[in-house]
Amino acid sequence: MKAPADSRIARRKRTDVFFRVLATASAAAVLLSLLLILGTILWKSVPALSLSMLTQTPKGGFYLGKEGGILNAIAGSLYLALGATVLALLLSLPIVLYLNVYKGRASKTAVWTRFFLDVLWGVPSIVYGAFGFVIMLALGLRASLLAGILTVALLEFPIMSRAIDEVMRLVPRELKDASASLGATRFETALKVMVRQSAPGILTGVLLAFGRGIGDAASVLFTAGFTDRVPASLADPAATLPLAIFFQLGTPFPEVQQRAYASAAVLTLIILIISLAGRAMSRKVTRHVVK
Amino acid sequence: MRLLKDALARRGMSLVTALPGLLVLLIVIGLFLKSKAILGVQPLSRLLFSSAWHPLKGEFGLPPFITGTVWVTVTSLVLAVPVSILAAVYLSEYAPRWVRESAKPVIDLLAGLPSVVYGVWGVILVVPFVGNVLAPLAGVYSSGYSILAGGIVLAIMTFPTIIHVTLEVFSTVPLALRDASLSLGATKWETTRHVVLRKGAQGILAASVLGFSRAFGETMAVLMVVGNVPAVPRSLFDPGYPLPALIANNYGEMMSIPRYDAALMMAALVLMLIVLFFNVLASRILVRVERRVR
Repeated sequence: MKAPADSRIARRKRTDVFFRVLATASAAAVLLSLLLILGTILWKSVPALSLSMLTQTPKGGFYLGKEGGILNAIAGSLYLALGATVLALLLSLPIVLYLNVYKGRASKTAVWTRFFLDVLWGVPSIVYGAFGFVIMLALGLRASLLAGILTVALLEFPIMSRAIDEVMRLVPRELKDASASLGATRFETALKVMVRQSAPGILTGVLLAFGRGIGDAASVLFTAGFTDRVPASLADPAATLPLAIFFQLGTPFPEVQQRAYASAAVLTLIILIISLAGRAMSRKVTRHVVK
Repeated sequence: MRLLKDALARRGMSLVTALPGLLVLLIVIGLFLKSKAILGVQPLSRLLFSSAWHPLKGEFGLPPFITGTVWVTVTSLVLAVPVSILAAVYLSEYAPRWVRESAKPVIDLLAGLPSVVYGVWGVILVVPFVGNVLAPLAGVYSSGYSILAGGIVLAIMTFPTIIHVTLEVFSTVPLALRDASLSLGATKWETTRHVVLRKGAQGILAASVLGFSRAFGETMAVLMVVGNVPAVPRSLFDPGYPLPALIANNYGEMMSIPRYDAALMMAALVLMLIVLFFNVLASRILVRVERRVR
């Protein structure tokens, strides 16, 4: 006969094993869902993926399954994300430097600004889209590359600011003091010490924001318009990859839907490349950082 | 000269720093000004509580869309929260170091995938799965484009948010507490449950709230798999029509029907305010957690 104490221990052990398995399985499920998504998209894209897809703009009847490619969307997305990222960086750097050099990290301004940045980070992109549309109407802009860039920059800068801020907060005080004791003004400290010291963080932030910008559809839906041509100026409407995918998938023709899969694969690959490049590059930039 | 530059830079930077707060305000005001036109025709109460949606007749009741959003979001959270928390438990308590390190890029990548890609994947895999496998199992008919499909896709999209915040919270629980529990003879799971989860309870709540607001505003992925029928859904297998999808789907027509644009801007405003509320809530909780740890 088993003593009751033994069976209690056995039960506790069983519970322990059960939850260990459950937790492991959950983590595996998360990993598997990523693999499943990547696998499905790449697998489905194989039949439609071709060079002409990448190098041509849509020809007549493209959305009925005829000739052409998605160069318009690839170029549009790159222009848009590039412009927006530059603009967002021009907004983010002053904010983050101001908070970390001129204001203390626990000052009221810093706390509130971080709070608002977090709030903005959480604002859905469709709301940015609607707001961008309101701004467009107010400024008398048409749906164009410029309007798209402005909207996406507003979407990107909170993400970028917070990412850079996380790194810049870690710059040791002594470094700032050393710079000040050599007679540098705070502005010089900001540009020459803080920026260089947190270069890897800035890079990560920029790439994070770029990835978000290039993948976002809801914010450019109202603002960037859509066209079959590669935009030649800021005032032209611009096609974007996410929207191209969305429109292609929405047609009733299997050939065109296949192209949507291929376009999705292209977008996924761009995101993958950005993510890998970010990892590799931030290692390189780290050389200049004083530990 | 250098001092002048410094002073100028200071002025300029402080101006830019006012932007985040200003922008939140501007978005709310801008959307409100544009949606004011609708309030002149329909009182707010009818807008928020009447479920009649007939743009051509000038009837704009938002409830079908609000309930649609809530259904999809709650479904996704029911699926995502337990899995995310257990995954975070595994990563922080059980996993060997190298697994933990290599899990980070995976989670980042999952967070970085564009929502359209999730949408395409949902259309290829999740929609047929719901329509052909789950619905017959439950004994109902469904095209697959349903609340459930939206919920599944959204759940995967919210994994990274919840896991990330939860992991951070777990890492604030002192190792000594765990050791104390283990040395008293508690099993690993008992330690996790009574020490780690207990200490991190508020943080887990905040993570879920953040996940909620992330899911609430998600547009494209949901729009592509949820069916978009403007009626209050009755079951998980019914199609729904969330607020963000409504806004995104009708941008084309909105200038041609009177007051349609105002109604859509109102929808955006409602969305903004709800998300704002939950974000503020989450950040309040997190601030409190942080303070307690120090």
